[in-house]
Amino acid sequence: MASLNGYVESLGRTAISSVSAVGRTGFLGIDALRALRKVSLWAPHLLGQMARVGVESVPIALFIATFTGIVLALQASYTFTGAVPLYFVGTLVGKTMILELGPVLTGLALSGRVGANIAAEIGTMRVTEQIDALETLAYEPVAYLIVPRILAGAIMFPMVVILADAIGIVAGLGASMALLDLSAPQFMRGVRLFFEPFDVQFSIIKSITFGITVTSVGCSFGFHTRGGAEGVGRATTRAVVISSMIILVLDAFWAAVLLR
Amino acid sequence: MSIELVDVHKAFGANEVLKGFTLSIKDGETTTIIGGSGSGKSVALKHIVGLLRPDQGEVWVDEHNISRLDQGSLYRLRRNVGYVFQFAALFDSMTIAENVGMGLRRMEDFPEDQIPARVSECLELVDLGGYEDRLPSQLSGGQKKRAGLARAIATRPKYILYDEPTTGLDPVTTAVIDEMIVRMSDELDVTGVVISHDMKSAFRISDRVAMLYDGVIRIDGTPDEVRASEDPVVKGFIEGRPELMGFAT
Repeated sequence: MASLNGYVESLGRTAISSVSAVGRTGFLGIDALRALRKVSLWAPHLLGQMARVGVESVPIALFIATFTGIVLALQASYTFTGAVPLYFVGTLVGKTMILELGPVLTGLALSGRVGANIAAEIGTMRVTEQIDALETLAYEPVAYLIVPRILAGAIMFPMVVILADAIGIVAGLGASMALLDLSAPQFMRGVRLFFEPFDVQFSIIKSITFGITVTSVGCSFGFHTRGGAEGVGRATTRAVVISSMIILVLDAFWAAVLLR
Repeated sequence: MSIELVDVHKAFGANEVLKGFTLSIKDGETTTIIGGSGSGKSVALKHIVGLLRPDQGEVWVDEHNISRLDQGSLYRLRRNVGYVFQFAALFDSMTIAENVGMGLRRMEDFPEDQIPARVSECLELVDLGGYEDRLPSQLSGGQKKRAGLARAIATRPKYILYDEPTTGLDPVTTAVIDEMIVRMSDELDVTGVVISHDMKSAFRISDRVAMLYDGVIRIDGTPDEVRASEDPVVKGFIEGRPELMGFAT
């Protein structure tokens, strides 16, 4: 009984702390919106952050997309054998990459790479008083540190995701040509069959919200870090876990709102 | 009075750190706040520059009530206050020159092309001439503190707040930092507020010494007055005799 109580208490504490973390992130987001007008503080850092958040994330995103595309093609072929024309492999690979796996897998991978990086960097700045130092030097930390990172996430995530979508489809095409008895025109026929331009818009909308989520959660956990190196480690882990959870919730939310 | 803390209360959860802290700091003087580890000295210092807001009480700097200032006014006021952090708090991705020039870049009336000259001048003042292109990771602890001091004085502030400037340093480096604090006061005519539990340093650099104990100022006077105090808590602290302060030995 005592251990059950302990488990329930621990679960309750985790739930409260997660909800309060989401609340803190929301408040920080509002502060970041207000700080947008301080262009001179964030603009000089935007390009650098875009490179860190976006360009440096391309290799991992493409790696994931390549193998996802290959697996999708092979699984589709396995499922369709004898029942559905094989060119539908292209349909499944295209639709699934663009609507779901491109944005979600890239978002999850980048929550580990980008979110953890941001939380650790800002968390270290917090525990070593560098953020306090910024304040004393009349730099508003939200405008200087948070805004360029969130903007970079909002701008670069869609670009990385579109690239991942495209590479995933190309990898699916390659796998279909090499391992299945499917030609490139057949595969592309399948891709085009149910393709809607809205699919790409949907992918972009989702990835913008994923980018904002990953960067703002990373910033928030870093910004509110307490307790030295251990605190930085804790903030980093929690930033990745919470942003991954929010990505999955947002994924369901956008499907419910935009695909019905 | 240039800086005044009046009946300041501050708690973190159930831990009440300041319980009616009152202190006046006069222009041109160097005042050292002494007290044991965890007594709330740094908390008091952070109130002066608005990094913390009091739960109750008032903090006045240049006749501005810090708690009532809007963000823009607070940032303007901070340009008059240099802050030397306990562990320097240098931005580790920037060179020493970039660190020292940070405050200057926020001053609209300071010409951009004069920043390098001012940075070099400040680094010379703290005996770090030629260190412009180094990274903080390439400096020793004492050099980092001096670089932090150079950053704090770059904007020619009226006040400099030092958070434990000599903690963790060897006696020779401590003497060098002490000498610099005195030099800043003499040459730049700044008002200094120093947090320390190093009694030798405190008596060497201060015009006034105030002791924080149990959330309030226990004594506030010249170094000689503090040295001569018969208050067992004060005497016990400055002589390093916990039995006088009521601690079991």
